[in-house]
Amino acid sequence: MKLRRYAGVTAMTVAGALALAACSGGSTGGDDGASGAGTAFVTVSGTEPQNPLVPTNTNEVGGGLVVTQIFSGLVYYGADGSHHNEIAESIESDDDQTWTITIADGWKFSDGSPVTANSFVDAWNYGILRQNAQTQSYFYSYIEGTDDDGLADGPASGLNVVDDHTFTVTLKSPDAEFPLRLGYSAYYPLPEAFFEDPDTLGEQPVSNGPYVVEEWNHNRQISLRPNPEYPADGPRAAQNDGVDYVIYDNEDTAYLDLQAGNLDIIQNVPASAMGTFEDDLGDRAVSIPAAIIQTMTVPEYLPEFQGDAGIKRRQAISHAIDREQITETIFNGSRIPAHDFTSPVVPGYSEKIPGSEVLDYDATRAKQLWDEAEAESPVGADYTLQIASNADSDHQTWVDAVCNNIRQVLEIGCEFYPYPTFAEFLNARTGQAVPGVFRAGWQADYPSMSNFLGPIYRTGAGSNHGFWSNPEFDQLLTEGGAAATPEESQEIYQRAQEILFAQLPGIPLWYNSTTAGYGEAVENVQFGWDSAPILYEVTKQG
Amino acid sequence: MLWYIGRRLLQVIPVFLGATLLLYAMVFALPGDPVAALGGERGLSAAVQEQIRSQYNLDKPFIVQYLLYLKGVVTLDFGMTFSHRPVIDIIAEAVPITFRLALMALVIEAIFGIGFGLVAGLRKGGVFDGTVLVLSLLVIAVPTFVLGFVMQFVVGVQLGWLPITAGRDPNFVSLLMPAMVLAATSLAYVLRLTRTSVAENISADYVRTARAKGLPRAQVTTRHVLRNSLIPVVTFLGADLGALMGGAIVTEGIFNIPGVGGTLFRAITTGENTLVVSLTTLLVLVYIVANLLVDLLYAALDPRIRYA
Repeated sequence: MKLRRYAGVTAMTVAGALALAACSGGSTGGDDGASGAGTAFVTVSGTEPQNPLVPTNTNEVGGGLVVTQIFSGLVYYGADGSHHNEIAESIESDDDQTWTITIADGWKFSDGSPVTANSFVDAWNYGILRQNAQTQSYFYSYIEGTDDDGLADGPASGLNVVDDHTFTVTLKSPDAEFPLRLGYSAYYPLPEAFFEDPDTLGEQPVSNGPYVVEEWNHNRQISLRPNPEYPADGPRAAQNDGVDYVIYDNEDTAYLDLQAGNLDIIQNVPASAMGTFEDDLGDRAVSIPAAIIQTMTVPEYLPEFQGDAGIKRRQAISHAIDREQITETIFNGSRIPAHDFTSPVVPGYSEKIPGSEVLDYDATRAKQLWDEAEAESPVGADYTLQIASNADSDHQTWVDAVCNNIRQVLEIGCEFYPYPTFAEFLNARTGQAVPGVFRAGWQADYPSMSNFLGPIYRTGAGSNHGFWSNPEFDQLLTEGGAAATPEESQEIYQRAQEILFAQLPGIPLWYNSTTAGYGEAVENVQFGWDSAPILYEVTKQG
Repeated sequence: MLWYIGRRLLQVIPVFLGATLLLYAMVFALPGDPVAALGGERGLSAAVQEQIRSQYNLDKPFIVQYLLYLKGVVTLDFGMTFSHRPVIDIIAEAVPITFRLALMALVIEAIFGIGFGLVAGLRKGGVFDGTVLVLSLLVIAVPTFVLGFVMQFVVGVQLGWLPITAGRDPNFVSLLMPAMVLAATSLAYVLRLTRTSVAENISADYVRTARAKGLPRAQVTTRHVLRNSLIPVVTFLGADLGALMGGAIVTEGIFNIPGVGGTLFRAITTGENTLVVSLTTLLVLVYIVANLLVDLLYAALDPRIRYA
């Protein structure tokens, strides 16, 4: 009798566990694309979007990849960073300041409502409106009627609807590259339904891109299916039955799933497989340059880096770093030594900008420059250079390598100055509290040199955390933006970079590469200039 | 008995208040500015940051923030994350998955731990006992992630018997491997506890009496030896449920399970304070309830224990 009571408790526990385990099975059953049999949904690894799927509020890669699949803008980018009209029929201007944008006929959102001039103007004004606090507001700061942060308390005066298919955009200053910017997600349109219920449509977007969100299963999977309203002859029409965007917290796990055939595409190769992935995956391994550069910013407020001696010290440090060796040994070739301040993927990139020799490893020259600086204004032989970074991802390894270089070549001290989290690191940067040089990474939002130069080095720019200022450089950026042709503006941006090389407000280290891979079930996998897979092109056998 | 349970449950209220206040104070004291970090490398403009701070009451003093949080909790509104999702939704997604995983692990460790421990204890000093002791020592010594990766590679990639990850569809089959990995260490402890306890009780007076009465061997073992040996084991299992709920972070990471551990870790790194406080408080409550259950089980196992 008493024994039975006890046995009952155990039996209940077991039954409970099984019942609980069983109840999950039904909810997602039947959608098992991972097995690869019968279905042809392309599976791709990713991270959980940090924000609702609203273009004006998506500023990170997890949500970024999804937003670019489900929305279409005026222009889109090819794999090589070239831009082509998608919804726009024409984007024209006589003075590069007032742009007239005409929308092609026949574009619709997934709820059947047409894409009109208002879809764009209302979406951008939503991002501009101060009380909405959208994280992408920075991108509207070029538009007349917004403040330096791209915000306003009402609709921006620079955005005007002419008719259903036409609207005009007036910029604060001429910018020949404006059409190039328009492929970025902040400039996507939003349907009328969105403004009535932003919260619901952030979870379950009504969109006009090649795909729609069928289901967003948080932290697990986002199911993207072809948008029935997207024209079959559209430039980005889906070539597959759909994409399952699978959320992974751990890149190692995603890599194992790729090897076991449970996953088609991984966007990042984990550090642990960096040395072997090209052998593991053969011609299904991807390694191409990315639009990401890593620099060490030298803050202007540090006295030892001011004046003529300061510039010599910057040059000495730059010459002392053996970029070839560090990218090869520490990063297994997943970084590419930097030759400028932008990235090899942007149009107009050059390895031979005058002054770029300062990035070459030259121990003798480095020591000589440091000694000259010491003769002018000494900091002493026991000086220790601090290299600051957040320590919550793996930065210590390369900082140690750079420090080794500096200690050996310059015969000064050098150490890693860690901040526990990125938030604290950022606080210190904006608060001018970092006691040394610091790591700064930059990923371009649209494929142009100006996107690498303006936000980081222009006077007072949002990410100018070194607080460097140079009127001549600012002037060149403005001229580059107003140049008549892209080639002409690229030439001006190169001249602007000559100033950067002469003054070294930051010391370029290396470019990231996109290291990724895909499985045998998929074909036509290509990664774009922005390191993202071009998903609509991918084909998969059912 | 009911009176006892009611009194124990009433204790939850002061524990809840104390836990939330302490936790709130701790997350409040964490350095760094989560709102500034929302913008990544580019950063957010001061105006946008200010707007977000006032939206989430982050511009108010600590005690006001805490009271506003409590006020929300009373009306079952646990606040919103920076990603504009109700905290309660996120908890409702993560907790059932981890609970399922923890329960599966608990069942595995109870069945195999007690089973093997009983056999080993009955044949103390035998070959089975020796083998099991060495194996359990090995399992305790090997870190979880090593065990996890080895099992993933062998059972998942090479043999292809079980799925490697459970992220897309955390059902019984896909959670089996993680549950085994999660259970492994505790299983070894349960086994050793049972073994020692059984070996001790087997030579107790009442067991000799039972045998002398002529009771069948099986009945002596289950009814007298095992039942009396389970008290320390049940205590361990009860505490372990709480540990499995909140401490499965490594296992959840390896098997890509969107559970409590990973959610909590992300919430801490991104400064989602209300989520951290709510989730941790929930774990505290799980501990309290598990402990209550253990105490009640004592009475079932040992008739001498009565609650009033």
